[in-house]
Amino acid sequence: MPHDSAAAADGPVLRLGEAHPGDRGVILEVRTPPAGSTGGVDPAELELRLLEFGFVEGAQVEVLHEGLLGGDPIAVKVDDMRVALRRGEAMNVILAPEAV
Amino acid sequence: MSSLPVATFALVGNPNCGKTALFNALTGGRQKVANYAGVTVERKEGLADLPDGRRVRLVDLPGTYSLRARSPDEAVTRDAVLGRLKGEPAPDVILCIADATNLGLVLRLALELKSTGRPVVLVLNMIDIAERQGIAIDTEALSRGLGAPVTATVATRRRGLEALLELAADQVGREAATPEGGWREPTAKEVRDAHRQARDLVRVAVKPPSRPDTLTGRLDSWFLHPVAGVVILLGLLFLMFQAVFTWATPAQDLVEAGFAALGAGAAAVLPAGWLTGLVVDGLIAGVGSVLVFLPQILILFLFILLLEDSGYMARAAFLMDRIMGGAGLHGRAFIPLLSSFACAVPGVMSTRVIDSRRDRLTTILTAPLMTCSARIPVYTLIIGALIPNRTVGGVLSLQGLVMFGLYASGILSALLIAFLIRKVFWRGGSEPFMMQLPDYKRPEPANLARNLGQKAWAFISRAGRIILPLMVLVWALSIWPAPPPGAEGPAIAYSAAGRLGRWLEPVFAPIGFSWEMVVALIPGMAAREVAVAALGAIYAVGGEDGALAGILARQWSLASGLAFLAWYVFAPQCVATLAVVKRETGGWLWPSVMFAYMLALAYAAALLVFRGATALGLG
Ligand SMILES: Nc1nc2c(ncn2[C@@H]2O[C@H](COP(=O)(O)OP(=O)(O)OP(=O)(O)O)[C@@H](O)[C@H]2O)c(=O)[nH]1
Ligand SMILES: [Mg+2]
Repeated sequence: MPHDSAAAADGPVLRLGEAHPGDRGVILEVRTPPAGSTGGVDPAELELRLLEFGFVEGAQVEVLHEGLLGGDPIAVKVDDMRVALRRGEAMNVILAPEAV
Repeated sequence: MSSLPVATFALVGNPNCGKTALFNALTGGRQKVANYAGVTVERKEGLADLPDGRRVRLVDLPGTYSLRARSPDEAVTRDAVLGRLKGEPAPDVILCIADATNLGLVLRLALELKSTGRPVVLVLNMIDIAERQGIAIDTEALSRGLGAPVTATVATRRRGLEALLELAADQVGREAATPEGGWREPTAKEVRDAHRQARDLVRVAVKPPSRPDTLTGRLDSWFLHPVAGVVILLGLLFLMFQAVFTWATPAQDLVEAGFAALGAGAAAVLPAGWLTGLVVDGLIAGVGSVLVFLPQILILFLFILLLEDSGYMARAAFLMDRIMGGAGLHGRAFIPLLSSFACAVPGVMSTRVIDSRRDRLTTILTAPLMTCSARIPVYTLIIGALIPNRTVGGVLSLQGLVMFGLYASGILSALLIAFLIRKVFWRGGSEPFMMQLPDYKRPEPANLARNLGQKAWAFISRAGRIILPLMVLVWALSIWPAPPPGAEGPAIAYSAAGRLGRWLEPVFAPIGFSWEMVVALIPGMAAREVAVAALGAIYAVGGEDGALAGILARQWSLASGLAFLAWYVFAPQCVATLAVVKRETGGWLWPSVMFAYMLALAYAAALLVFRGATALGLG
C-alpha cells in the first residue's frame, strides 16, 4: 500500500460510504477494498477504478444527495466533477471531514 | 476527385467532453451527440480538410477515463489508440479532448496517452462554458507543463476548428520519447503519481471559476431529492406517454386524410383491375396505416432527446439505481433500457458501457421488453379501436392509461426477468457502479432538429424498404389463388394467405386470435409495425371499407384485442434486434434464447389475458 493509515491517525476520519449529504472533506486515503467485499470484481481493480474516477488522496469531496431506499446510491462532488456511486464502493474512500 | 487522407487523428477523452460534437463539426458527420457519459460506443471515422487543402481522417471513439479498458466500449478506444485493430494502424496524432471546465481527470489521461509515444494535442473544448464561469486557463503554462500543444474549441459553435487542425497537422511524424517500450497498464501507484502531476499542472495553469455554475446544484436539489426526485421522474414518464397518445391526434388525422385522398386519387386515375387493387389496397392502405404513426413516434423521440440532451438521463439512472439493483440489473443498465423505448437496436448497442459480461447479457436479454416505438402503431391502433375514448377522474384519458399500463407491463416484466436471471442462473455479487452526473445544459435546437429529422427519415425509409415490399407480398398472397367458380364466402378465404391463416388458426385459437390476426403476425415477424400494415391490407382486400380502426372495432372482440396487446408486450418480432444481439454477443446462442423465451412469454401472456377477459364476459 503506497498510502498507509498513518496519515489518518491524527484526526477524526469519515468513510465516504457512511457520509451524508452536506458532509465534506479531503480524501486522506483510498484503500484497497478487503477481499470478498467487492462482488464480481477484483479488489485491486476497484481501487484503480476509484482512482481513475478522481477519488484520489488530496481531492476535495462533498456529498450532495442520497437515494431514497437505504440512502443508496450517493451523489458526490469530487473536485469539479459530480459523480454517482454506491455506498459499498465508497466505503474504501476515507475523508478528513471538514467542519461545516 | 478528392485526395487521399494524409494522416489519421483520433479523438480521445473522458466521456461527455464533446468528442462527437467536435467530430461532427470537423467532418460534417451526423453521429449522435447527447449530454450523458457513454453516448458513443463504436469507432466512427470521417474526413476533414486541412486549411491547406490536404485531407485527414478523423476517428471518433468512445469516452474513457483510462486506456486500461474495463468495458467493451473502452476496449474499442484502447485498441484504436494502440493500433491493435486489424488493418488499422495507430493514429498519427491523438487529439486529447478535454472538458475545459473539468481538467483534473483528463490531464491524467493525457499523461497516459503521451506514454503511447504518439504525438498528443490537448483540446480544451467547451471553452465557452469555461469563459462564462470565469475560469482562466493559461494555455502556455499548460502546454509547457504537459509537453504537448494546447488549443481551445467550441464544438457546438464551430469555434477554433481551423487552429486545431493546423496544430494537429504540425504534429504528424513527431514521435515523442516513450518510457521503456510504450504504454502498459499503470499500477495504482503510477495512477496516484500521475494524478499528483495533473493536480500540480491545474494549480499552475488554471484559475478556478469566479462565477461557478449554480444551476446544476439548484436543479439537482429537486431532481435528485430522494422523494421529489422520484415523483418528478414518474411524472415525466407519465407525461411522455400521455403526450404520445393525445398530442399527436391532429397531425395523425392529417396524415390519415392525406392517405385517404391519395388512395381515392389513385383509384380514380388507375384502370380498374388488379393494379388498382395492389396500389390502393396493398401499398397505400398498408403503408399509410403505419406512416400515420409518425407524429406519435416523433413526440416520443422528442421527449427522449430532451431528456438525453439536457443532462437529466444520468439523474434518472441515479434514482433508478436501487430498484434496478434490486432486480439484479447494473445501475448503468438504465440508459440502455430507456433508449430501448425508442428502439431496442441502439439500446442493445449501448449496453457496451456495462463492464461485467453477465450484467451486460442480462440487460441485452431484457432490453427488447421495453416498449419500442415500433409497438406504438400496434398499441395505438388496437387501443383506439377497442378501448372507449373516455376520461377517468376528469383528466386522464382511459386510452392513455391503457397505453401506460402496456409500457408498465414491459418495464415490470423486464425487471422480473432480470431478477430471475440473476437469482436462478447467475448468482453473484453486484458490480460497482460509478457514473458521472454531467452539468445540465440547454438542449441545442439544431441538435434536436437533426436527431428528430434522422428518426423521422429512418421511420419513413423503413416503411419504404421493409413494409412496402412485404405489402406487395401480403397483397399478392391474399388475392391469389382466386376462388374456384361458384365458391361461397369471401374470396380471400381461398387465397394462399387465407389458407395459411386457417391452417395455423388452431395453434392460436386458445389465445383468441382470428385467422386474419395470424396472417398479419407472419410478415410482422420482420418488424412489429408491419402487422398493422398487413391487417390494413388484409381487411382492404377482404372488402372491408373505412379506416382500419373502425374495421377492427366491428370485427374483434375486446378479449381478442387485449390478448393481441399482451402478445405484443413480449413477442420477439424484430429481425433487426435479433441481428444486433447476435453481433453483440458473438453467436446465435443468445438471440435464440431471447427468441424462445419471448415467444413463450407472449403466448402465455396472451392466453392468460384472453381467458381472463373471456371469464369476465368481455369475449
Ligand atoms: N456549450 C458547449 N457544449 C458542448 C460543446 N461540445 C459539446 N457540447 C455538448 O456536450 C454534450 C456532450 O457532447 P458529445 O459530443 O456527445 O460528447 P462525447 O465526448 O462524444 O461523449 P461520449 O460519446 O459519451 O464519450 C452535448 O450535450 C453537446 O451538445 C461545446 O464546445 N460547448
Ligand atoms: Mg461521443
